[in-house]
Amino acid sequence: MIFAKLIARIFLLCAFFTASAHAALPIQTWQSATGAKVYFVENHDLPILDVEVNFAAGSSFDHAEKAGLAAMTHGLLGLGAGGLGEDQIANRFADIGAQMGGDFDMDRAAVSLRTLSSARERAAALELMAAIIQKPDFPASVLEREKARAIAGLREAATQPESIGAKAFTKALFGSHPYALGADMEPETLEKITRDDMVAFYRSHYTRNTAVVAIIGDVTREQAEAIAAQLTAELPQGASAEIIPPVPLPDAAVEKRIPHPAEQSHILIGYPGMKRGDADYFPLYVGNYILGGGGFVAMLTEEVREKRGLAYSVYSYFMPMREAGAFQIGLQTKRDQTDAALGVVRETLNKFIQSGPTDAQLKAAKDNIIGGFPLRMDSNGKILDYLSVIGFYGLPLTYLDDFNSKVGAVTAQQVKDAFARRVQPDKMVTVIVGGGAK
Amino acid sequence: MFKRWWLFLLAFLPAAAFAGNIQEMKLPNGLKVVVQEDHRSPVVVSQVWYRAGSVDEFNGTTGVAHVLEHMMFKGTKAVPAGQFSRIVAAAGGRENAFTSRDYTVYFQQLEKSHLELSFKLEADRMVNLDMSDAEFAKEVQVVMEERRWRTDDRAQSQVDERLAALVFNANPYGRPVIGWMNDLISMKANDARDWYKRWYAPNNATLVVVGDVNPQEVFALAKKYFGALKPRELPERKPQDEPAQKGERRATVKAPAKLAYVALAYRAPKLVKMDDWEPYALEILAGVMDGNPASRLNRELVRQQRVAVNVGAGYDAINRGPALFEFGGTPGEGHSAEEVENALRAQIEKVKKEGITEDELQRVKAQVIAADVYQRDSMFYQAMQIGMLESTGFSWRDIDEMPKRLQAVTAEQVKEVANKYLVDDQLSVATLDPQPIDENQPEAPEVPHDLR
Repeated sequence: MIFAKLIARIFLLCAFFTASAHAALPIQTWQSATGAKVYFVENHDLPILDVEVNFAAGSSFDHAEKAGLAAMTHGLLGLGAGGLGEDQIANRFADIGAQMGGDFDMDRAAVSLRTLSSARERAAALELMAAIIQKPDFPASVLEREKARAIAGLREAATQPESIGAKAFTKALFGSHPYALGADMEPETLEKITRDDMVAFYRSHYTRNTAVVAIIGDVTREQAEAIAAQLTAELPQGASAEIIPPVPLPDAAVEKRIPHPAEQSHILIGYPGMKRGDADYFPLYVGNYILGGGGFVAMLTEEVREKRGLAYSVYSYFMPMREAGAFQIGLQTKRDQTDAALGVVRETLNKFIQSGPTDAQLKAAKDNIIGGFPLRMDSNGKILDYLSVIGFYGLPLTYLDDFNSKVGAVTAQQVKDAFARRVQPDKMVTVIVGGGAK
Repeated sequence: MFKRWWLFLLAFLPAAAFAGNIQEMKLPNGLKVVVQEDHRSPVVVSQVWYRAGSVDEFNGTTGVAHVLEHMMFKGTKAVPAGQFSRIVAAAGGRENAFTSRDYTVYFQQLEKSHLELSFKLEADRMVNLDMSDAEFAKEVQVVMEERRWRTDDRAQSQVDERLAALVFNANPYGRPVIGWMNDLISMKANDARDWYKRWYAPNNATLVVVGDVNPQEVFALAKKYFGALKPRELPERKPQDEPAQKGERRATVKAPAKLAYVALAYRAPKLVKMDDWEPYALEILAGVMDGNPASRLNRELVRQQRVAVNVGAGYDAINRGPALFEFGGTPGEGHSAEEVENALRAQIEKVKKEGITEDELQRVKAQVIAADVYQRDSMFYQAMQIGMLESTGFSWRDIDEMPKRLQAVTAEQVKEVANKYLVDDQLSVATLDPQPIDENQPEAPEVPHDLR
């Protein structure tokens, strides 16, 4: 099926910003006996239980010479645990209709479970999840196979303009900061990873006192307490998570043109953005909705797509992380109009930074963000994501209740001021894949 | 292709307990309104399904269903170009649209008190679209960019496009939903206007609403906004049945990539009547081959033989057009597409000869039952199920029946359909022959501007 607008982007953007809950979403939180933080919402509307366990074990905890270790460790958790082989694990989940999932980014590695809440299914699913998180076997033969698959994937990605662009952008934006490590993964770094490396990484990063457990669904508080204990009590004991240093700001603009024969050029423009809990979070969030986050009604879409027909998808977003994640603008356009499209994007951005939003734009943004609030949490799946992010980043519980009022309080001057301080158009990173050599 | 398995599950797995929460009404002008109550959150999803997709297109104007979908955001007299999205956004809403082979769908997700706004806007553009030549000229460029992004620069998409064209000669399923590039270049605003006049009418649409609503209030609102719209006489839809295939077909696509890829498609029956049994057995077969990471294909080809880095299988029974049972795989380094094809075909022969085990059968059925419950967590998917069934010749009333019929499938039936349909003469194979990248040469000549 073909969408009028690239819908994946829209969902992606929603996921980047934890929405708030009204007070009607009662989050219960506690610390388990062995130190894990737990965030729980009791909801018996559907006979479903969702659980996610989060660790500070993302790609920024890698080392350059073995980049990919964090991702491989996360990927192998479910491929052999507690003496069960990968096929046994998959079949046992399937036999009860349970689904295992996960999240992995620069900061975070998470394992998630969706199961029916009926006693037999729930008990069997949690027993498997407990083994996967706490007793992974990292079988050597599975490691060799998964390395080979990952290497094949990297070599394929090295031929595809979208992947080439994303990798070059991450390297250029983050340089020697650990947030660049995800892009440092190469066949050579993967080859070096041993089973011992994975066991050591697991022991030092999947620890009981850093685990954050999110639970929503058809269980009682008492049951949720037992679930959190079952999933974390036997985790390795370890120190608190390593500290990620602040992301350095670029001294000068960087422009990388990478030749590629594709019919479209892939263009990425960016700058270090903001952190979770950033003092400028709300002005930047509201401002970005106006600039390039608001789908069909955003300024970039209006200028690049609606007025000129230069691209199917053009967007901007801030990805708030533990430290400053990317502020990123992206688009794809026919190779011979690369410079025209780039010019329109830069002009739109510069104008927005210089002038800030109009009162009408600000009002439209607030109307959408505040009015659409109930859509952010209309399913257990969405609420689970929010619980994980709030817990993992230690956002205050009142953050949920305050979200709409904080959005409502943002002024045009604050947006203009925040963008002027936080985005420097003359020092941005630009990556262009395609369009021929230059 | 792997998406289709999911879509199929979606169609087959409505919650039995929920059919009781669904009500329908038909307006005198032919618009059917289906409402499902879900009071878990104060939100509503509203979807208008037009029974017009790429299957209804003609050669020379392929892609026009999708181009018109883009143009539906380009204004009426009451709501000028660009305003539709702004009005929905101002109400806190999210909106989009999509086009498939079988239908075109427009939707909004809103806080529940704004449902009326959705009806007002959709009723207006159902009959009052007023597209200018200038807006068309810009938007068709956007669609060409979409085609480049979606297909022309993606090797596997090119193979999938080639495979459909290989399988279907008479039936329009052989043509891409996005349209052939040359048809997009040659398309005129009047082609889109003609399409709109042909298919956009209340008697060719279904309005689906799921959310925290009262059905009687929804029906009253639907009458208020859609009730006065005039029905149109719809053109006759020709069956365009695909002739019988008489022998294996093969194609190769050369495109820049590192890894090869092979896609196999067998002609298979679709679900015509609810009490057909074969499509349910084929559905179970797809689940046995590729329902979880330890299902046959992944276990054998990826995990044990290590000949492939990815494999999959899928079957799509609920379509307006003909159905296929498909397989696909990406060889790992040091292995060829031919090896993956042979390994896939060995698995097919194995299931034909030995059938499936009782464990495998029960495992797929357990997943069916659970997926049925899980999807109640999303109002959007529930609305999708209703719309898909209503737009493909079925009814939301059938949805209680489908999981029951899946549960009734036997291992013997699965073996029987495997032997009946997974046969060489009904097979088409498309293979990606990966090409090294020549950085300075565009992979295809640019189309001169004066051709437009």
